[in-house]
Amino acid sequence: MFELAIYALAVLILVVGATAGWFGERRHLVGLAEREPLVAGIMVTDLRSIPPGVEALSGELVVGQVVLSADRGKQFVGGLRNLLGGEVRSFQKILLRARREARLRMLEDARNLGADLVVNVRFETSEIKNLAAEVLCYGTAIRTAR
Amino acid sequence: MIVVNTETIPGQEIVELKGLVQGNTIRAKHVGRDIGAGLKNLVGGELKAYTELMTEARREAVRRMLAQAEELGANAVVNVRFTTSQVANGAAELYAYGTAVIAVARPVAQQGAPGEAAVTAG
Repeated sequence: MFELAIYALAVLILVVGATAGWFGERRHLVGLAEREPLVAGIMVTDLRSIPPGVEALSGELVVGQVVLSADRGKQFVGGLRNLLGGEVRSFQKILLRARREARLRMLEDARNLGADLVVNVRFETSEIKNLAAEVLCYGTAIRTAR
Repeated sequence: MIVVNTETIPGQEIVELKGLVQGNTIRAKHVGRDIGAGLKNLVGGELKAYTELMTEARREAVRRMLAQAEELGANAVVNVRFTTSQVANGAAELYAYGTAVIAVARPVAQQGAPGEAAVTAG
């Protein structure tokens, strides 16, 4: 009887975690969709040089960083996947979101500098298996003559 | 001090290379242990405390790199790159490196569209 209660509690924690995680993910995606149009005017490229015909006035390194954690449900699914093998799609979603967020923060940094172009964009990712993902996005923000 | 991750600095001309400079920090990521019982480990989402930790670590790595550049007498660092590597037992190293240079502002006559320069020269 006691064991049953323990199992029920474990399942409850998973369900609560997964549900809260799902809502949190939705809210984050809505927030991203709201913030991205504000920096849509900034041209972003991973080319190392300044595009032709652009007169660059100044350049400065801009960086965006974020650490996202997986909810308990995703951790559990990830753990199962580790046993069975295969692609951990649930954790991939976290990486995608983290990259979007880091890129957005870098562009917001660029916008605050008055830049309208960011070149040589690079991503650095490090993750703790099934637990959290950190993304570092950096580039050079250029103010151009318009 | 100007810091860019491109090879050239807009509006400036690189006159002297001072050498490779670097800075690094090691951050302990005890995510599982610290937040094992925490809320974020349950519901997911951004770990703001850790984002701040990583941001501070990155700033410190860049500071150390700039300190080396200053020692060499440079006034700018170009082609900055970041790389992370996992050290055993849950720690990660952030390594920042670049080339320290001396850059001077490009003379005004040379700035401007190539067509203009040709007209003034001819």
